[in-house]
Parts: sequence; C-alpha cells; structure tokens
Amino acid sequence: MSHEATLHTSHDAHGHHDHHEHHQSFISKYIFSMDHKMIAKQFLITGMIWAVLGGLMSVFFRLQLGYPDTSFPWLEDILGKWAKGGHITPEAYYALVTTHGTVLVFFVLTAGLSGTFANFLIPLQIGARDMASPFMNMLSYWFFFLAGVVMLSSMFVETGPFSGGWTAYPPLSALGSASPGSKTGMDLWIVAMALFVVSSLLGGLNYIATVLNMRTKGMSMTRLPLTVWALFFTAVLGVLSFPVLFSGFILLIFDRNFGTSFYLSDIFVNGVGALPNEGGSAILFQHLFWFLGHPEVYIILLPAMGMVSEILSTNSRKPIFGYMAMVGSMFAIAVLAFLVWAHHMFVTGLNPFLGSIFVLLTLLIAVPSAIKVFNWLTTLWKGNIRFTPAMLFAIGFVSLFISGGLTGIWLGNSSIDIHLHDTYFVIAHFHIVMGVASMFGMFAGIYHWFPKMYGRQMNNTLGYIHFWVTMAGAYLIFWPMHYEGLAGMPRRYYDYSIWESFKQFEGLNRFISIVVIIVFMVQLLFLLNFFYSIIKGRKLTKQNPWESNTLEWTAPIHPGHGNWPGEIPEVYRWAYDYGKDGKEFIPQNVPIGDDESHH
Amino acid sequence: MTMYLTLAVILLVFVVIFQIAKASEYVAVLKGEEQNRKQTNKINGFLMVAFLVLGLIGVWYCNKLYFSKTLLSIDAASIQGEKVDLMIWWTLGVTGVTFIATQIMLFVLAFKYQEKENRKVYFFAHSTFLEVLWTSVPAIVLTGLIVFGLKNWAFFTSEAPKDAIQIEVTGKQFGWIFRYPGKDATFGKKYFKVIDPASNSLGLIWKDSADLNLKDDPFSHDDIVTEGTMYVVKGKPCKLIIGSRDVIHDVGLSQFRLKMDAVPGIPTTMWFTPKYTTEEMKTITGNPNFQYEISCDQMCGNGHYSMKGVIVVVSQEEYNAWLAKQKPYYFSAFPEKAPAEKAADATITATATTAVIADSAAKK
Repeated sequence: MSHEATLHTSHDAHGHHDHHEHHQSFISKYIFSMDHKMIAKQFLITGMIWAVLGGLMSVFFRLQLGYPDTSFPWLEDILGKWAKGGHITPEAYYALVTTHGTVLVFFVLTAGLSGTFANFLIPLQIGARDMASPFMNMLSYWFFFLAGVVMLSSMFVETGPFSGGWTAYPPLSALGSASPGSKTGMDLWIVAMALFVVSSLLGGLNYIATVLNMRTKGMSMTRLPLTVWALFFTAVLGVLSFPVLFSGFILLIFDRNFGTSFYLSDIFVNGVGALPNEGGSAILFQHLFWFLGHPEVYIILLPAMGMVSEILSTNSRKPIFGYMAMVGSMFAIAVLAFLVWAHHMFVTGLNPFLGSIFVLLTLLIAVPSAIKVFNWLTTLWKGNIRFTPAMLFAIGFVSLFISGGLTGIWLGNSSIDIHLHDTYFVIAHFHIVMGVASMFGMFAGIYHWFPKMYGRQMNNTLGYIHFWVTMAGAYLIFWPMHYEGLAGMPRRYYDYSIWESFKQFEGLNRFISIVVIIVFMVQLLFLLNFFYSIIKGRKLTKQNPWESNTLEWTAPIHPGHGNWPGEIPEVYRWAYDYGKDGKEFIPQNVPIGDDESHH
Repeated sequence: MTMYLTLAVILLVFVVIFQIAKASEYVAVLKGEEQNRKQTNKINGFLMVAFLVLGLIGVWYCNKLYFSKTLLSIDAASIQGEKVDLMIWWTLGVTGVTFIATQIMLFVLAFKYQEKENRKVYFFAHSTFLEVLWTSVPAIVLTGLIVFGLKNWAFFTSEAPKDAIQIEVTGKQFGWIFRYPGKDATFGKKYFKVIDPASNSLGLIWKDSADLNLKDDPFSHDDIVTEGTMYVVKGKPCKLIIGSRDVIHDVGLSQFRLKMDAVPGIPTTMWFTPKYTTEEMKTITGNPNFQYEISCDQMCGNGHYSMKGVIVVVSQEEYNAWLAKQKPYYFSAFPEKAPAEKAADATITATATTAVIADSAAKK
C-alpha cells in the first residue's frame, strides 16, 4: 500500500497494459482502485451525477420562482407530497435550495473538481508514478461516496431533507422544533458533511505530500505547471480549514442531541415553549462555518484558475505571462482567504471595528485577483490562439471571473453590504464568480484532459454548442439578478407575491427560469458527448494532441498504473516554453540547447 | 400528454444536434485536421466579437428595462441610505469602467490573435513594469474605496443621537413584534422563560416569580407592544434595538438601505433617520400602494418568505396622535389593573426622571 510497492509493480510496465493489470480483477481495477487516474475518474463521474441532481434541483425551484401560480401535475408525479397539486411546497422549495447549495459547493465543485484534477494531474504533471499514499487516496474517494449515499438518503426521510440553507446557521439548524427539515434530515446532513470532511482531508494531505516529495528529477517547485501550484494551494487551504468546520459540526451535534448550549440561548419556539438553553452564541457557529466557508470559495476557484492558466498558455502558443506573479498572487489569495471570513457577517452585529478590518482585508484580495486577470489578458496578447473547446471555456472563465470579481468589490465594502446583503445581488455575485466560473474551469479541464483520460477525443462541434449556449445562458441568468438585488429583493424567498417592493420582478423571474431550463438541457448534451466519446469517440492518434509542454503528454496514450513504462522523464525547464526561439513548443523533458536564449 | 410530447420534442432536438455534430466530425476527418481547425477557429473568433457586441448591447438593454425598478432610480429614504447610494455610484463607476475595458480587451484580443499561418508569437514571459503597474493601480483605487467605505461604515454603526426614538424589534417565526418604552422612556426588563404567546409575547417581567428569581419590573408596565406595523417620525433619528425570540432573522429595510440581524440572546442595534413619510413616498415612487416593508433577510424557516413587517413614517404630530391611542401592553394582560392607570403613571414618571436611559432592553 505504500508507493514503494506501486513503483515496483509498474517499473516493468510496457505498452498500454502492464503485467500487474492483467491480474487485476474488475473490482480492484474499477472499484477499489488505487490508481490515481482511476480514482480521478471515479471522482469525476460521481461529481457529474451530483451536478445533474443539483442542477435538476435548481430547475425545480426555478419553476416555482418563475411560475408561482401555475400548477405542474407532473411535478406531483415525481415529488409526491412535496409538490401537492403540482405546486412545490415551501418545505420542498427550501429543501431543494439547501441541497442544491450543499451539493454544488461541496460535492461537485470541491470533490468533483479538486478530487478529479488533483488526482489526475498531480502525479502526471510532476512526474510521479502515483500519489504518496494510493491507499489513502482510495479511502478519500470512498468516504466521499459514503457522504453522497448519506446525503441522498436524507432526501427520503419522512420529515424531509435539511432545509435551512447550505450555511446551516443554528438555531434553525439545531432545532427540529423550528423546522421539520432540521429533524432527521439535518442529522443525516451533518453525518454526510462529516464524512465529506474526512474525504477531503485524506485527499488534501495526499496531494500536499505528493507535490512536496515526489517530483521527478529536475522538477523544482518553480518549474511546476500552474495547475499543480493551484491544486497544491487548494489542498493546503482545505487541510487547514475543513477541521474548523468539523469542530463547528461537532458542537452542533452536541447542541442538537446532548442538551449543550454552544449556539443556543434565550429561545422560545412557537408551539414548544421556552428552551432551557442559556449563554450560548448563535454567532459562534458562523465564525466557525465561515472560517472554512471563505477559504472554501478559493478551494473551488483556485483549481479552475490553475487549469485556465495552463490552457490559455497552451492554446495561445505563448508562455503564461508573469509565472512568478501568478504563483505569488495565488499564494496571496490563499493567505488572505483565511483572513476575510467575517465579511459574510457584517450585519450580524459584529463589532464595527472588527468589520472595518475585514473590509480592508477583503478588498485587498482584489489586488492579486487583478494581477491574475491582467496576466491572462497579456498571455492572449500577440499569441496565436487555437479555439479548442477547452480554450473557449478558459476564455469564458476569465470573462466570468472579471464580472463576478468586480461585484465582490461592492459586497466586500461593509457600507454597501449593509444594503445588499442576502439579496439577489449576492446570488448573482457568487454564482458568477464561484459557481459558473469554476464550472467553466472544470469544463475546460475536462475537454482539455479528456484525451489523456480516455485516449479518445470528444466531439468538438458539441463542445462549441455547449460553450456558447452556456456562456450566453450564464449571463442571461445572472446578470439581471443584479438589478433584482439593487431593488433589495431578498434571496431564499419561496414567493414574492405579498411584497409590494419585489413582486414587480415576476416577468424577469420567469425569463430567468426559462433560460435555466435551456442551459440545463445543454449540460445534458455535454454529458451525452462525454459518455459517448468514452466509448465511441475518435481514437487519439497523437500522443500530444494539444502540443503541450507538460509531462502528462509524454506518457503513453493509455498509461498503465505507474504512468510511464520506462524511466520517469527528467525535467529541464519550466512548462511554458511556447514560441521560444521560433519553436512552436519545447516540452519540459527536452534539455536546454546550447544556443537557446534565456528569458 | 403535453408532458410526453414536450419530452419527445426535446429528445428529437437532441438526436438531431447529436447527428449533425457527428457528421461534422466525419467532415473534419475527411478535410484534414489542419483545414478544419482553421475553419472552426474563424467561426469562434467571429463569435468572440459577436458575443462582446451583443453582450454590451444586452447590458444596455437590461439597464433600460430594469434600472427604473431598482432603488437607485429613486432617492434613498434615509440619510444613511443617501450615503449607501453614493457609495454604490462611486463603486459602480470604478468597477463599471474596469468591467467594460477588460471585457473588451479579452474578447478583442481573442479575436485579433486567433491562429493565423505565419504569425510568430511574441515570446513575452515577464515584465516588471507591467506587473508593478497592475498591482499598484488597483491597490490605489481600492484604498480610495476602502477609506470612503469605512467613513460611511463608522457613521452607520455610530451611537444613535440622544433624541432618537427607541424601538425594540423582535423577530419570531414568522413575524415582527415592536415595543415602545412608553412614557417613562425606559424599556422594562424581559426574560424569555416567561413568554406567553397569548398575553406576553416578549416575556416582560411584570410578575414576581420565585422559581425564576424574577422581580416585577415597573418599567415594563407602560411599554407599548404592537405586531406587524411600526411607526416612526420623519426627520427624527430612530434607533432599533433588535432581537429574536427563536432563530436568527434579519431586519431588512431596503428603502432605508440598511439591514441588521436579529439574533436570539444577543441584542443588536441600528439607527436611521427617515427622510420621507410614507405618503410622500407614494408620490415619489408613483405607486399608490407604496409601503416601507421590513423583509426578513436571513433564512428562518419555511415561512421565511412571508415574514413581513411594515414601517409607517409619519410627521411628529401624527406620531404623537398615534402614540396617544396606544394602550400599554400590561393592561391587556391584566385588564383588572387598567383603572389604576393614573396612580401607576405617577410613580413611573417620578422614577423615570432619575433613571438612566440605557439599552436595558433585552437584559434580564
């Protein structure tokens, strides 16, 4: 189970399949696999399943928002008592919103994104045979799988899944008497999240250990591709912040089940009476939650940034501009990520002075973010751009990151947040910058590394359709929401008809819902393309289809367990020698020539 | 039936798109990869510019349709709100210019540098000047916004003026309870364990209780408690002392551009000075049904979306008239004590003159 064993079994690997794999049973190859590439695919496909479920949930609740007065009898066929008379009930609406958030943030954009690409790319790009601990890596996936099973089962309990929002603020999340969703559904939600934290810690420790210890000869830290840097910082963030969330959950379990008062004080619940708890602080949970919650945003975003940097450079046929500044800005973002959590709490009654400090630190993050954007733009400048589907999604990422990042400057300033907090402006902001942008990063990654994963090509035409519809759709859905937010329209409302200030947006809500359905359909088209291409896609004829410099393309088209059949290639240069000295590209394993210029 | 029909149509569209895509792949293979890449590159390059142009038109059009529905199109209804709006305009100016400039750069660069035969790429990996430039310019601009923002923040969170009307706001699933301190200008103490939804919704301490170690607090006897609607005075600062009876709620005052959480066990405060009466706002907004709404802005359970309160802003005279009509909450719990009103009043007024007016509201 140590990597030593893996090394030995794969040293004599030859061609597409080594001896070792011939003896592997179906179970050890596809299910309890310890090959990082297979584990990556497991993360990816599980993540996709969750993405479809989470996306479908948003279609359901958008139906309610867009058509509050229309009855859809088929909804009752699917959801039963949760959609009596063809109307989604408030209970179901809130459960859908909550689960959509939890699933997309944690299962799709954390596990699905980091789990997939950290597993797949770290060993291949740093020149390692596998992860530092393949066994822990396998456990990481299976804890994630279990978390998913528990989360899924919470949807079938009598009182319904948790419905208090993905942030799970107590007292609402602590009191079954305050909301039916906070009964058994919440217990299962916490268990699922606890399992998830274990999964991400096992994964994260492994990624860190691998990057630090298992780089091939010549692969100094400053020669690492930016993807690896990004995944490395992501893992560090996760390892340092998830345990804090975990402790927050432990206290919540105690408050729920063992009568403690960490978060509870002075509570009288309708129909139940006064609770005995005194002296707790409901705000304490928010500190613990956001201490993870904010780094979590970067856990989601950094891998996408890394992959986008890599893909932009490769397809512009030009080095990434300001490599060290890119690494430095990611480092700055990673550090600042830990120092800004309370900007989610400006209106909780936080000490105003403390609020001021968090304003300062929050807006500071805009500086490294700006550096990244301008460096990406400069990377495109005077390049020779190939619009592969991956490249399109990378460009889309930059566009979305700009749009969503700029509204962060609004919300990070407490004197604007005091007005816009928890309105649709916030929904627009974080969906664009974190949700859709990271999703674009993930799509870019999938299109770019699909040939490496499966030895086949995805269909480009479908990729182009997928990109342009999703790109237009993302803006059509979220851009108008800024206006709703500027009218003060609160988020997490089931129905706006009683509100004189907000019911004016009925038509706009309907328009957004229609676009959501179209965009969701196009994602299914992407899945069709993905799964069809695994089986029947064009076989890869070139080992290095994108003419890329990084090491994964020096491995065989179908790398076995151990990645390289012979020696691991040695590295002589950074990953971005594109267009140097008039050469199209110079892979990392090509020695520096005598007449080569320095940069 | 229509459902199945819709599904069938969607499926058909899927199949058609898929077949076209497959066919285009065969064509690509026949034409050769290079040739094909050139062609798709041209199309996507064109789409980049088309997206930019249509996108910017879309931004303009969206603004045309919806700007008048946002609060920025009307004057803020509080002096705090004016500052929030000004802050938004400045930030919009800075981010708006950046947005348009960078988006244009992104799509135009993508279009302009699409793959062309014979183009030599410019090997440009690093430039200290440029990197310092776009580190320092954002830093300077942001410093401006931070200073401006914190100045306002300090004002919003400052102590309310001494003459402010004090109102206690308590959230509960799913509604708002308001309390005025009454003639003595002092809130009586309360304790959550004596809450009785029927007669003592806030748990005012107006009875001795040996079990809970509580003593009747006479300050509570003249407190006025209302539900759903709150009255404040135009031009007069109003301080809210905010709390919650059960879970976390949030007092969202969009026309005043402020909000503050209502947290059980931890009182919070917020103050503002209304600029327009409700009647005046009806004219300003052109909406005869206009009302200042308090929206709950923190997820508080399945009735969250219906947790609405109303603020009525009136002139001082109207306010006085309204206040005079209000009966202390004490008498609805103890109707038999109502005749003793006069005597109780006298003692309370006497004590009130020496009493320090403090945020004794939620303290037990």
